[in-house]
Amino acid sequence: MADSHDVSKHIKLYVGVFLALLVGTVITVGMYYVHFSSLAMTIGVALLIASIKSFLVAGYFMHLTAEKKTIYVILGITVVFFIGMMGLCIWSLLDTPGPKGV
Amino acid sequence: MDIPYTSKPRPDTGLYNAKVGIWLFLASEVMLFGALFSSYILLRMGADKWPGGMLNIPIGTFNTAVLITSSITVLMAWVSLKMHNFAKFKLYMGITILCALGFVGIKSIEYKDKFTHYQVWLNDKDKTTYTGHIEGNPWFLSHNKMDAKKMDHIMFTSDAAHGAAAGGHGGHGAAMKIERKDIARLSAYVPAHSTYFAIYFTLTALHALHVIGGATVLAYFWGPGSAMWKTDPERFTNRIEVGGLFWHFVDLVWIFLFPVLYLL
Repeated sequence: MADSHDVSKHIKLYVGVFLALLVGTVITVGMYYVHFSSLAMTIGVALLIASIKSFLVAGYFMHLTAEKKTIYVILGITVVFFIGMMGLCIWSLLDTPGPKGV
Repeated sequence: MDIPYTSKPRPDTGLYNAKVGIWLFLASEVMLFGALFSSYILLRMGADKWPGGMLNIPIGTFNTAVLITSSITVLMAWVSLKMHNFAKFKLYMGITILCALGFVGIKSIEYKDKFTHYQVWLNDKDKTTYTGHIEGNPWFLSHNKMDAKKMDHIMFTSDAAHGAAAGGHGGHGAAMKIERKDIARLSAYVPAHSTYFAIYFTLTALHALHVIGGATVLAYFWGPGSAMWKTDPERFTNRIEVGGLFWHFVDLVWIFLFPVLYLL
């Protein structure tokens, strides 16, 4: 358990992450008004920014950058199942003939 | 007998029990929202058309900022307890709860706007549709409810003077009288309106329930639950950390929901 001295050292970092999240939100909204050549690129850029923001929240606000092994194991198993679920979703899309030829 | 490892870490996990518990719960939450996101992908990819511009981006952006602010204030509430400053904990946690109420309040306004915003499909050969508002701003009116209420017409103010564009917050035209016999379908922007609104309300309402649930727990810690600070400060600090972890997760989900629903 971190003592008060350890925690106080991190306050500047937390404020920095907070500001980065606000900037990330502004950039995300700004991207809406930039018209990329393809829908795939638009979705890719938006999800990339969201992923960076979620890394900041999970990594620093939720302290995942310095956690115990037990939590990494729990999340590792979750990631495996999550990727499996999304994989099934994409597999079904590729396997379904549709008007868009998806 | 005291419950073991409520404050001190277990030797095998290196964590107090509540922390293992919240991470297991959050893992299940990842799968819950992941399943809904995968549903969104399937529905969107399978749709011939997907509407855009149906939601108010400035309001959504503001709500995102509110939730991000609440995320750092709940963290600072925990930091304050670590630094043995109970007064600052009260301040930061109070701000967090206000942000949560603000988020839900703004979301409610967005919902109300949708429940009173309509699309009407006419019977004419061009299959004309209009979007706009009905005189008196009724909630949840539909062609079936018009029949049940024996309404023979509505006074409809279109978002635009003419056109079939879905959604939009364009300039308002003059009110026009539309007879019931000319209406093929009338729907507010409710889940039954379209696949888009079905998944929009499912995702945002589930998220809003998480906000309300999380805020209720944090409000308990801010109010009567804070008495534990005097009897067992370490355990109380751990409770705030666990509550904060849930709150950050709620923020994290919104970070993905906002661009997916509002911008893409």
